Amino acid sequence: MSPRTPGADLPEHPDALWRSPEPKRSYDVVIVGGGGHGLATAHYLAKNHGITNVAVLEKGWLAGGNMARNTTIIRSNYLWDESSAIYEHALKLWEGLEEDLGYPILFSQRGVLNLAHTLQDVRDSVRRVEANKLNGVDAEWVEPDEVRKICPVVNTSSDIRYPVLGATYQPRAGIAKHDYVAWGFARRADEAGIDLVQDCEVTGFTTDGNRVTGVQTTRGTIGAGTVALCAAGHTSVLTDVLGIRVPIQSHPLQALVSELLEPVHPTVVMSNAVHVYVSQAHKGELVMGAGVDSYNGYGQRGAFHIIERQMAAAVELFPVFARAHLLRTWAGIVDVSPDASPIVGRTPYDNVYLNCGWGTGGFKATPGIGSALAHTIAHDEPHPFVAPFALDRFVTGALVDEHGAAAVAH
Amino acid sequence: MQLIACPWCGPREEVEFSYGGQAHVPYPDSPAELSDEEWAHYVFFRDNPKGRFAERWNHSAGCRRWFNAIRDTTTYRFERVYRLDDPKRGGTELASSRKEGTAP
Amino acid sequence: MTSPFRAPEGGRIDRAGTVEFTFDGQVLTGHPGDTLASALLANGRHQVATSIKLGRPRGIAAAWAEDPGGLVQIEEPFPEPMLLATTVELHDGLAAHGLPGQGRLADVPDSARYDAVHHHVDVLVVGAGPAGLAAALTAARAGARVALVDEQSEAGGSLLSGTERLDDAPALDWAADAVAELAGSPEVLHLQRTTAFGSYDDGFVLALERRTDHLGAAAPKHVSRQRVWRIRARSIVLATGAHERPVVFADNDRPGIMLAGAARTFLHRYGVLPGREAVVFTTNDSAYDAALDLRRAGVRVQAVVDARPEGSPRREECEHAGIRVLSGAVVTGTQGVERVTHALVAPFADGAVGPSSAIACDLLLVSGGWNPAVHLFSQARGRLRYDEVLGAFLPGEALDGLTVTGSAAGVFDLAGCLADGQRGARAALTALAIAPAGEDRLPATPDPVVPTAPLVLWRVPDTSGADGSTSFVDLQRDATVADIARAVGAGLRSIEHIKRYTTIGTAHDQGKTSGVLTSGIVAELLGIPVQATGTTTFRPPYTPVAFAALAGRDRGRLFDPERVTALHEWHVAAGAVFEDVGQWKRPRYYPQPGEDMQTAVLRECAAARTGVGILDGSTLGKIDVQGPDAAVLLDRLYTNLISSLKVGSVRYGVMCGVDGMVIDDGTVLRLAEDRFLVLTTTGGAAKILDWMEEWAQTEWPDLRVHCTSVTEQWVTFPVVGPRSRDVVGAVFPGVDVSNEAFPFMTWRDTTLDGVPVRLARISFSGELAFEVYVNPWYAVAVWQRLLDAGRPYGITPYGTETMHVLRAEKGYPIVGQDTDGTVSPHDLGMAWAVSKKKPDFVGKRSFARPANADPLRKQLVGLLPVDRETVLPEGSQVIDFLADGQLPPPPVPMLGHVTSSYRSAELARPFALALVKGGRERIGDTVHVPVNGTLVPVEVTGSVLVDPEGARRDG
Repeated sequence: MSPRTPGADLPEHPDALWRSPEPKRSYDVVIVGGGGHGLATAHYLAKNHGITNVAVLEKGWLAGGNMARNTTIIRSNYLWDESSAIYEHALKLWEGLEEDLGYPILFSQRGVLNLAHTLQDVRDSVRRVEANKLNGVDAEWVEPDEVRKICPVVNTSSDIRYPVLGATYQPRAGIAKHDYVAWGFARRADEAGIDLVQDCEVTGFTTDGNRVTGVQTTRGTIGAGTVALCAAGHTSVLTDVLGIRVPIQSHPLQALVSELLEPVHPTVVMSNAVHVYVSQAHKGELVMGAGVDSYNGYGQRGAFHIIERQMAAAVELFPVFARAHLLRTWAGIVDVSPDASPIVGRTPYDNVYLNCGWGTGGFKATPGIGSALAHTIAHDEPHPFVAPFALDRFVTGALVDEHGAAAVAH
Repeated sequence: MQLIACPWCGPREEVEFSYGGQAHVPYPDSPAELSDEEWAHYVFFRDNPKGRFAERWNHSAGCRRWFNAIRDTTTYRFERVYRLDDPKRGGTELASSRKEGTAP
Repeated sequence: MTSPFRAPEGGRIDRAGTVEFTFDGQVLTGHPGDTLASALLANGRHQVATSIKLGRPRGIAAAWAEDPGGLVQIEEPFPEPMLLATTVELHDGLAAHGLPGQGRLADVPDSARYDAVHHHVDVLVVGAGPAGLAAALTAARAGARVALVDEQSEAGGSLLSGTERLDDAPALDWAADAVAELAGSPEVLHLQRTTAFGSYDDGFVLALERRTDHLGAAAPKHVSRQRVWRIRARSIVLATGAHERPVVFADNDRPGIMLAGAARTFLHRYGVLPGREAVVFTTNDSAYDAALDLRRAGVRVQAVVDARPEGSPRREECEHAGIRVLSGAVVTGTQGVERVTHALVAPFADGAVGPSSAIACDLLLVSGGWNPAVHLFSQARGRLRYDEVLGAFLPGEALDGLTVTGSAAGVFDLAGCLADGQRGARAALTALAIAPAGEDRLPATPDPVVPTAPLVLWRVPDTSGADGSTSFVDLQRDATVADIARAVGAGLRSIEHIKRYTTIGTAHDQGKTSGVLTSGIVAELLGIPVQATGTTTFRPPYTPVAFAALAGRDRGRLFDPERVTALHEWHVAAGAVFEDVGQWKRPRYYPQPGEDMQTAVLRECAAARTGVGILDGSTLGKIDVQGPDAAVLLDRLYTNLISSLKVGSVRYGVMCGVDGMVIDDGTVLRLAEDRFLVLTTTGGAAKILDWMEEWAQTEWPDLRVHCTSVTEQWVTFPVVGPRSRDVVGAVFPGVDVSNEAFPFMTWRDTTLDGVPVRLARISFSGELAFEVYVNPWYAVAVWQRLLDAGRPYGITPYGTETMHVLRAEKGYPIVGQDTDGTVSPHDLGMAWAVSKKKPDFVGKRSFARPANADPLRKQLVGLLPVDRETVLPEGSQVIDFLADGQLPPPPVPMLGHVTSSYRSAELARPFALALVKGGRERIGDTVHVPVNGTLVPVEVTGSVLVDPEGARRDG
């Protein structure tokens, strides 16, 4: 699909999206969390495995959590084999997703630049590029003059505080329109007969030995053959009730947009040293992410000094942004794991699967984890893509540590 | 942005502080005697409640003292702060904030 | 030159002055005090742009930040996208053009200055209308520290738009007196042109002051253009007023259709007649003022169309003024393309619309009631409640430290606003235990007319045949009643979904006029109460804020502090090329004329290996650890034993996290039984101080130990190489520098001309070396003496690059380069630095985890390219040797990666360090490293490539 350039308008949504059914007494599979991962899992359960006696339970409105709040960056240029495998699997699905969902998800493969500002950034970047190449992920190292060609508004002059020494470039990376993605999955799941139940908060579980037999909700108890927890930042609230300890911490992560602007920024640029990640969305707004607020929080809002720092970084790297205006800020709740990799797979309950710890990577993984988790549920066996991300790695010490090595936080 | 009451310095801007996660997770007396699982729980696993949380803060750009606080992770409001040598150890009632569930 | 729509008198503009500006290429004039919008209207220009999706003409529809129509692009004096004509103050030379909703950034950097100020107050009052001024006066009179901020160019708020009287005089006289009184109060900060845009926890409010734009070319260059005020208030009084709300009907978007209150503002504040023939459509009493005021100013008011069957008590007043009042009637549509020409008016009863008739007009004023400006209250997490009578969301709870007053709280009469402002301030004072002043009189107000209850009417049923597709809810997004109906029809129930489906509320005005309308219309369509629909969340900022304003001074060199050593100017003068290491600027190498990095580094390395070199190592972290239990603390934090170190000696140590992975390394000098100097990596200095203090304070408060950073208190110059003894001996003749008197890994204190100096026999190169420590005040002098003494031996300053080569040749890892948080001391081949005697230290237990025993863990080894030519790029991946020399298709299993790689003068070949799976077992093997598509064969070796016996350290 050809990359789209920003324009003033978005494609129309369809005339029918989903029903608002009353929950049935029981389902073969109950997915807790109607965000991107939950909806994608539902879609692939139906599409790939013919499993449709499924409910997706959402405590608020569908895809209203991190799915509605992220900066929509999609890439697969992760360092470790395990990470690049699942994200590359996701990226391949992204490439056919518009057709699969029959929904204009505005997937735009405009490329992502991860800037390097220090010699160690350069080493880490080359390391990641070389690993990506050997893993079959498109990646290259580009020098500053090439960075300028790809994204002319990046300040590549040598007189800034942390000059750009080069970047990694993944041409197949890009962005998509998050609501459209979620709604595309939701509509397909609904069409397949899956019940998407909103305003249905899970308050507890009914258990029988090693099995969960039902899910207690604000709309009554719902029987469940298999349960998948896809609640991102709220996972701990569920696992606490189940008595499962999961090593995640929920933090606010803020993002922001400018008003609509004529096309000026043709790609996605991320920088760790000068902490900013930015793209220009389809309507023309600049979309940016900020750093994670340091403390645990479930409040979907963060502190303003983070935004100010973010703006300083944006203007430092993109001087022409000076008089763009901050239009709206907001926050999601990211579930951060000790090694900055997800936690997916079995739990001490035979029929409960866990999917959390995606931190800032959840959106880009959406179709990948949806299909892998659906496969895992259908076969009652962790799919090879998710097997390395089992909870027990924290006991054995076999972590998939993406922070130190990747020089990329998001 | 919070105004955090350092027990030694009084109210100061949030930017002067750094966060230290859950409080009252003591270093084990004899790590060597712990199972891999017990040790992993000390190293990697921390509570993550939605609501009141006993946690550690450091007035890192001020007096550099560590202290504890009870804070609500939903509203972010500090309920109180207390020194590490507070004999009441303030948040013991939150030492295990997890609910009763026990996995099989 | 008289503008055709300028009223003959009135307004707060300076009629004696003329301002020339350009709009859409046309040169026009206005007066000082005008906004771009008022000047355009004075020139008869309503249309500003065409709409974003449908290309429909759109004009100025309000008088301030709630305007959904008048978006402009500023071209001169500096390009700025997406400002509202209603908020741009006119100045000479302003050039702008209308925008359909998408702006353009300048292609050159903005040279204006921006800054930020912190301010602390007892009471912050937001809004300088009647309620805000009353509140500020009450607080100021009580002696409280007060800040009053208001977004307009002058104080007065709604008083600027009307003809109210107080104390039997124009109300603005009272406002002027209030401003004067506040100006005379020493504890009061009063800022106009200052928009409070964000409200955060604990009384923290962000406000943006626009300081120079209104001055045009006269703006002084040394004054920041905009300033962010970071105000921390013990108590906040919000007096932010209310936004008038339109009623939706067919073709309600044409230029010339305007909120009724806005017309009063244009008339009274700017002396502008927004039209000549007006129709006023209202659901409440407030619009009657607009009708009467315009009539008095000479506008022909064709009709007041009041949707309420009972009309208003003010009907008589209108009829007396010759204005026809149609009660129980609505506007169902309009005619006119680029400007409204007719309003279609029809009887309206019990929700049903009768046949319509056209009334000619060039101005259609609309009032559907008022929405309190609850944005800051909501941002502070205040819950809103829907008021059925007002048809508006009001503050629904009391918040600690925040009071909402006046029309922001749903109080709409002048006397009520004044009293409510005073009440709010008194409540704030009480909470702060500040006694109110004895004398705190409010001005007398005329008896108000008892108003009739407003009618809550979101939309007029569409009888135009367009099914709501021309009934605009959000003008900026071209979103209509039909769009909302379609969203509901698609199954959507949540207001958040409907907002996303229709994009209502996502444009520049963030739904200031459309938000509540949408809630109302959705509730109607779904047949549920408006309270159940709710609003979307109000997010900061209240109005858009330029990125640069928020960046403030943190740009360019001030983006992040630059740390430089005491020798920085010397390095600059010596032509050093610098490297950023954390916040430090470190010399990377010192090229001589004609040298590139490779030549310079080979020269520097050769000097250190064969003669003498000198490094500015001052950036190394230095922590002074003192106390009777200092040794205990260090024993618990280092993997090796520190307590056995003798005073006068030095030991290398490694620190791990609890996960058993290396976090830092360095040397430890025992200065006394109870005192150590701990050296850390440059990048790790702050982190390791934090780490030590955290453990000491939180886990082992019983330990009597204190840690203090002394990084800035000592400069450090390693003097390195076989001739280093000659140099150091010459500079410090009082020190016996022989191996016997001053052995490796010991330190000595001495003085140089009375200045204390510490010398240490530490080597990060494998060569004989002395580190020289001195107070930074003497850095240049001591450095120079060392250079002078070294001249006979060709002493050569070297930078970080040479330092890296020298240490790599010896297999010394750099934490953060040869490690990445996944590497244990054993992986680095440093089992010798892991104590077996100590029962425990931080990280020890993790070494016993299964993954740590994996024979395929990555281990630090050396790599020698077989061709003796290729310098492997750092970061390159290592793979198994492939006999055919061809890279197979992916995925190709990787063994590890190159962490450090250099050309060695000593070895006369390139070499590298790498982390390789089971690396020590592979020593002697040949593996491949893909470089630019070719496979480079490399031999795996031990990590120590130069002087493995360690013979050189003693010279």
